[in-house]
Amino acid sequence: MENQLLQVNNLSVSFKDDTVVNQISFDVFKGETFALVGESGSGKSITALSVLRLLPNNALVSADKISLNNENLLTIPEIDFCKVRGKRIGLIFQDPMSSLNPVMTIGEQIAEVIQIHFKLSKQDIQKTVLELMEQVELPEPLRRINEYPHQLSGGQRQRVMIAIALAGKPDLLIADEPTTALDVTIQAQILNLLKSIQKKTGMALWLISHDLALVSNMADRIAVMQRGKIVETGITKEFFKHAKHPYSLQLLAALPSMTSCVDKPLSNNAKANDFLKVEQLKIHYPIRKGFFKRIVDYVKAVDGVDFELQKGKTLALVGESGCGKTTLGKGLVNLIPKTAGRVFLENIDLSCLKAGELRRKRSDIQIVFQDPFASMNPRMLVGDIIAEGIQSLYPKIDLVDSQAQVAALLKQVELPVESALRYPHEFSGGQRQRICIARALAVKPKLIVCDEPTSALDVSVQAQIIELLKKLQKEQGISYLFITHDLAVVAEIADDVAVMYQGKIVEQGGVEQVLMNPKHQYTKKLLQAVPQIIN
Amino acid sequence: MTILWTDGLIYLLVIFVTVICVFISQKPQFKRPLQKISSSKTGMVSLLILVFFVVIGLLDSIHFKSTENRTHEIISLLDYWAKPLRLQSEKTYSSPFSAYLYSKETITLENGKTEWGYPRLKYGGVHLNDPDNELSRDVLYKASIGFIRGATLVLLFTVLLWSFYHDRDKAIFKSAVSKTVWLTLFLLVSISYMLIYLSSYYHVLGTDKVGEDVFYQAVKSIRTGLVIGSLTTMIMLPLAIVFGIMAGFFRGWVDDVIQYVYTTLNSIPGVLLIAASILMVQVYMSNHAEDFNSLIVRSDMRLLFLCLILGVTSWTGLCRMLRAETLKLREMEYVQAAQALGVKQSTILIRHILPNVMHIVLISVVLDFSALVLAEAVLSYINIGVDPTTYSWGNMINGARLEMAREPVVWWSLMASFVFMFSLVLAANLFADTVRNAFDPRRAEQGA
Repeated sequence: MENQLLQVNNLSVSFKDDTVVNQISFDVFKGETFALVGESGSGKSITALSVLRLLPNNALVSADKISLNNENLLTIPEIDFCKVRGKRIGLIFQDPMSSLNPVMTIGEQIAEVIQIHFKLSKQDIQKTVLELMEQVELPEPLRRINEYPHQLSGGQRQRVMIAIALAGKPDLLIADEPTTALDVTIQAQILNLLKSIQKKTGMALWLISHDLALVSNMADRIAVMQRGKIVETGITKEFFKHAKHPYSLQLLAALPSMTSCVDKPLSNNAKANDFLKVEQLKIHYPIRKGFFKRIVDYVKAVDGVDFELQKGKTLALVGESGCGKTTLGKGLVNLIPKTAGRVFLENIDLSCLKAGELRRKRSDIQIVFQDPFASMNPRMLVGDIIAEGIQSLYPKIDLVDSQAQVAALLKQVELPVESALRYPHEFSGGQRQRICIARALAVKPKLIVCDEPTSALDVSVQAQIIELLKKLQKEQGISYLFITHDLAVVAEIADDVAVMYQGKIVEQGGVEQVLMNPKHQYTKKLLQAVPQIIN
Repeated sequence: MTILWTDGLIYLLVIFVTVICVFISQKPQFKRPLQKISSSKTGMVSLLILVFFVVIGLLDSIHFKSTENRTHEIISLLDYWAKPLRLQSEKTYSSPFSAYLYSKETITLENGKTEWGYPRLKYGGVHLNDPDNELSRDVLYKASIGFIRGATLVLLFTVLLWSFYHDRDKAIFKSAVSKTVWLTLFLLVSISYMLIYLSSYYHVLGTDKVGEDVFYQAVKSIRTGLVIGSLTTMIMLPLAIVFGIMAGFFRGWVDDVIQYVYTTLNSIPGVLLIAASILMVQVYMSNHAEDFNSLIVRSDMRLLFLCLILGVTSWTGLCRMLRAETLKLREMEYVQAAQALGVKQSTILIRHILPNVMHIVLISVVLDFSALVLAEAVLSYINIGVDPTTYSWGNMINGARLEMAREPVVWWSLMASFVFMFSLVLAANLFADTVRNAFDPRRAEQGA
């Protein structure tokens, strides 16, 4: 075909003996959006970096052909390659927090790229910077130009990143998970922005993502990567209708779907047995200033929240980052002191208990955290990690018994019993999350607060963990408070939903009612922003 | 037997370390790290060298009253064995393996005439009739005799071991690590034997200004170096760890108090505190002269106080690092999970925080070790270091200041202290690296 922009033939990348990318070939056409999809570790980012020659020195790259506009990129010497990077190929990274220099103003960082690639006078550069900032729809560009990255929100920072990538007027823009670190509503805005810029400039967009739903909305063509190989390539519409490769099918099946909540039995007779009841819960952080650290104001992270949860049911707490949902979860587990309000667990007011009684009550409410890599002490054996709660809350149980319990717990979360004698780093993300669940289960809790337990995991692993949680609920009648930002996951697991916005619950009710028939303005906005697979 | 203050503390330290080693070797979860250490070549070789230094230091820490002359001087086991080295002092400088003094003097010849030239030494190379021609051949000859004797000793020992153990575990003798360790041991023993043998005929590393053997000085300094390194660390570590972790973990007023203490301590120049405390000790000793009647007791007291005050002034840096690390760790989710499980705060500190800051402790302790030996040298410069009569690398380096400015240059004092200090600190560094890697489960998997 005539209009190939980027051609890659038989690209392989290996580190020492590990082949990370294995003989892959693909093309990106002019003006199209090409998506490379795969789970973490499948080699999709490495592919992008190897095209840009940004890999570390110990990487071995080999390819038959990498060409841009029919010009062979492999033969360009390193010193001239700088003119390809940034000018002809732009790049956006995942985390806008760490990809901007915190001690340079926004204007300087955008101007830097222009200075390198174009010979312009100072005024012209300033003008171009402002134009770029308008192009990425940054509000008040005249003021923002002199601000530092920490003064901007996450979405605004990503806009700055896009402005920097566009500064060289590239033919190809590589976006490596551009919205993974952002909230859904912001994600929708950024994606719309990318689409409109693409329409205006006619550049090609190479999108790298793990999110199939997002890709279905954005891409013209799609390639699925598994363990360093491209297993299937196709036009997006066709792909989502009838994917051929078993791995693609598996990925599609693992996707949580919003419609799964339809026809779920409603949690009836609500007032019969109140298991957990939260009344006017407030958690405020004091802002201290001055020499004597006087309290000048409060951050109202959780500001008067009421909800109820029944035994053996799941309440999903939904909201964007910073809305106070994690604070609320930690407050329930008593990791953060509550400012006001009352929490009843089986009609016992937890806020009136003395320290000793509260410690015993700890076994009733447990928590599972988001990051499976940070939630276990790397220097302890898995067996000891799980047994920690047993030792601390049931000191009478002797060593042999507690070892037997650990073995039983590992079986429950579907891990081999031998895992007890291994260290956390030997396990994958999903396995670690299972260990964390086993640790919480060890003290026989009645309620588990799940703080985004699946958001650091791949879709297929996420589906497994959700299945496990459902299974445990059925077997042991545990209630979950499931904190998440992912509405599709909510549809899969929750019985009831509470939507949180700026420290308050704005809407709550049965899952079908809230997701299919939202009342509050904010819930509607949230639901609209969720990318859906277009069939 | 006489036990000096530092001797007693060293014995306690040895007992303490032995107990810890026995404790660790019996716990099943430490089996893997210990295997890891024993299978690392660098680790085992540096451990061997460290043990060699420590053994010399310990030999030098067993003191008793000498009966050889009526002075009843307190000497150590090492002094006793190195009697010729200790007593055979020349008039002034002489270079290594020399039979002559390093400076010209008027020599009275046999026929009564006087001559301006380099006189023969009293002890070094006296057995030679014509040093100019015989010296190099004699040194080579004696060196090889010493080396061969040492080598024979090791070989005999190996054969003995072999005959006892070869049936039980052959693998021990065949592994690459044990070959390297054996080679190191072979070289270490043979070369030491060679040096000892040579030093009964020559001054292997020359003599210093007052004619004392530099080799003897350097060997004696090992104890001083080890004492300053280990005792200071023993005083500094508990302060730094306890305060650093508590400040980081509890925050609030505990943090405030600890921060005030170390900011205050840091803002007073360390030299001032050290000078004050050393002067205090000296005043105390001169007021209680009857308790400190011997030179060695006095210098030992001064060494002990130097360790004390160095320990008290040097914990702040590590404390601050540990506080920062703990601030980070306490927000980790595994600490919060432990809190949710109702684990007591003291247990959280010991089980979750302490093991995860140990790598910082280990690195900074080993780096501090060399810094402390150097600090001692700097303090000797302004006369508030160890007692001038104490043998120490610091004093040797301090003396070398003037020797380097001399023409022709006297380089052997500086060289000797440099080589000894270098090998001790390097061995300690490499061993600490191996230990840190072995005890970090994340690194334990990935080879060396």
